[in-house]
Amino acid sequence: MRVLAAMSGGVDSAVAAARAADAGHEVTGIHLALSRNPKSYRTGARGCCTIEDAGDARRAADVIGIPFYVWDMSDRFHEDVVEDFMAEYAAGRTPNPCLRCNEKIKFAAVLDRAIALGFDAVATGHYARLVTGSDGLIALHRAVDMGKDQSYVLGVLTQRQLAHSLFPLGRSRKEDVRVEAARRGLSVAAKPDSHDICFISDGDTGGWLADKLGSGSGEIVDHASGEVLGTHEGTFRFTVGQRRGLRVGRPTADGEPRYVLDIEPVAGTVTVGPRDALTVDHLIGSSPRWCGAVPAGPLHGTVQLRAHGREHAAVVGLASAGTSEEYVDIRLLDPAQGIAPGQAAVVYDGPRVVGSCTITRTSRPEAHLNVSEGNLDEREGNLDVREAHLNERSART
Amino acid sequence: MSETATITGNQRSVYLDHAASTPMYPEAVTATAEQMTRVGNPSSLHASGRAARRVVEESRERIAGSLHARPGEVVFTSGGTESDNLAVKGLYWARRSQEPRRTRVLSTAVEHHAILDPLHWLAEHEGAEVELLPVNRCGRLDVDALRESVARDPESVSFVSVMWANNEVGTVQPIRAVAEAAHAHGIPVHTDAVQAIGQIPVDFAASGVDAMTLTGHKLGGPYGVGALLVRRELELTPLLHGGGQERDVRSGTVDSPAIAGFATAVELSVQRQPRHAERISQLRDELLRRVCEQVPDAVMNGDRDCTLANRLPGNAHIQFPGCEGDSLLMLLDARGIEASTGSACSAGVPQPSHVLLAMGADDVSARSALRFSLGHSSTWHDVEALVEAIGPVVERARAAGIASGFGVVAKAG
Repeated sequence: MRVLAAMSGGVDSAVAAARAADAGHEVTGIHLALSRNPKSYRTGARGCCTIEDAGDARRAADVIGIPFYVWDMSDRFHEDVVEDFMAEYAAGRTPNPCLRCNEKIKFAAVLDRAIALGFDAVATGHYARLVTGSDGLIALHRAVDMGKDQSYVLGVLTQRQLAHSLFPLGRSRKEDVRVEAARRGLSVAAKPDSHDICFISDGDTGGWLADKLGSGSGEIVDHASGEVLGTHEGTFRFTVGQRRGLRVGRPTADGEPRYVLDIEPVAGTVTVGPRDALTVDHLIGSSPRWCGAVPAGPLHGTVQLRAHGREHAAVVGLASAGTSEEYVDIRLLDPAQGIAPGQAAVVYDGPRVVGSCTITRTSRPEAHLNVSEGNLDEREGNLDVREAHLNERSART
Repeated sequence: MSETATITGNQRSVYLDHAASTPMYPEAVTATAEQMTRVGNPSSLHASGRAARRVVEESRERIAGSLHARPGEVVFTSGGTESDNLAVKGLYWARRSQEPRRTRVLSTAVEHHAILDPLHWLAEHEGAEVELLPVNRCGRLDVDALRESVARDPESVSFVSVMWANNEVGTVQPIRAVAEAAHAHGIPVHTDAVQAIGQIPVDFAASGVDAMTLTGHKLGGPYGVGALLVRRELELTPLLHGGGQERDVRSGTVDSPAIAGFATAVELSVQRQPRHAERISQLRDELLRRVCEQVPDAVMNGDRDCTLANRLPGNAHIQFPGCEGDSLLMLLDARGIEASTGSACSAGVPQPSHVLLAMGADDVSARSALRFSLGHSSTWHDVEALVEAIGPVVERARAAGIASGFGVVAKAG
């Protein structure tokens, strides 16, 4: 096959490209330039968008012995990922830009161009597996290394996209990939993983959004009493489940911390309440994307609600609203906490990704008096969705 | 068909990027290699030093002789970028220290970045007022516009810098007229002749210019060596201070091996220029004709009058509507054919060429062009290979252009 290897300048995509070449494919490396002015995005060594990263990718391609080019995807990236990110936050939702980038850039704009140029597939350094089923369909499966599994951010890919994808790292463990990189003489073997949103250079999402969206003050309101507890400088500084940065002077009666429960960007209202009130067991999702066949009936499987989040047992149904628009109805048998509209719900059947949707609405259990310990097993920091963002491994391809 | 046996980087490749770098003449390789085997700092007083010094001075004389300059006017540098920086900054500082009012610098919008970037730097940090004069659709400076600009306030002009011939579209500038227009007001003129030497006749003395940039690797010499020809009476503030070599204008141990090869290449390329230009322009004309046969809507950029007075003989700059230049480049590269989009890269991000934009091209058409540049090792086989490949390559690149919405996004932006 003629394979286009997307090379970010990181260790994963470098080894993925090398393995594709070893497998006998005719591999061409490309680095995606996502900013017209690379310096403005990031000057450290941990993003996807720097001149250094382009140089690292080029060096890796030299060592592997494949041609290498830089593709300018800056306009598309800005339109489809950065502007979407801003619009989602402005609307009080919590988007995942890595997922959007996979959906709109890497496996859409890049893939389409690659196919038009005569390539058969795009290879990336994502940790996920492709498995051809007995029905001839290609299924996306979780990686062997669950600590690195990136099937969540690939849950938006359709059968056509999967049919033109290669994920050479899906059966490997990260530490083995680093060892292999060193053995292959790739200078990126010890390069740190990227952690943040690649287009926010200092990792300060709130500051970045304030800069782009301006501030719009509003009130912080208690969910039970409706009492105004304080004011804030912009709803986009908050995500559902967030605890830090509320700066509400008065402590609660019981001394328990308050969490963001809801964000109403038009009114500028941020509703806060106790941790228990974050628990949800019913999700409605829009824009479903199915990796293979559309599920016929309700599916008993699991859903993952954030990158590197845990699985929740769930019953997933596909329904039609009053309009012709499809929506996905997810009943969590195992409730979740701090789920924000805008997050993606990726549906799994065992290790297999069934599809995904964007969460539009969440609702709390009718009678949830005792939140079981099992629901609290996530580290507290993970409840802060913004922090969860920082912990996300942005997909290094 | 090649005039001499030459070294090519990649034996299988069809090399059509001589304007980026042309293979070294074997004679230049020999001259460099011979000098590399000898010890001796040209500044040393002992016998080894004297021997090295002799090589350097003979090289200086050979270069001066080839370009009709005086040996004392040759200042060796590390190449085109350094020579351009030395000319631009050195002239600006020297002139300003004598007459503080002289802060205007006149140049063109189609100069190489080695001129434009130092000019922008002077504007940003040293109070220079840079006027980049417009060019016509061929990329040629209107000398009347220069005259008008000078006449507006001649006492404030520091110097004029206009390239001899453009690296992207091959347009030859009216250098003599530029020199006359500036000299009418006693203003010095620099020209970047990197692309011109060995391609078209270049006579430093007759041109009237006061400073001229040349570099080794564009004319069959080594990389990393070049020269600035500077008239004796012209004062330059040095960029590099140290041992006082090169008339105290360019300190640093003189690179005798590189200079020996450089001088050989200058001499050979100038000697061979008439025959070379004739042969290469025929090849280029054939390339243009046959590529346009394969791709009927292809458009030639630059001066359509391909005579030596107007256009470099090895330059073919072609716009392929609907194709992204970097798609074409990649597809040709995969077939072993090496060309250039001719545009400057930062992190390898293709930017629309400032030269084509200055010539009136829009953003989209500026990004759909490729430069094919022929040189002394080019043969009919190279043209054949390109002609054979170009049809399918353009077809593919067009499909990719449609797939990626090329021309839609860019126009909106």
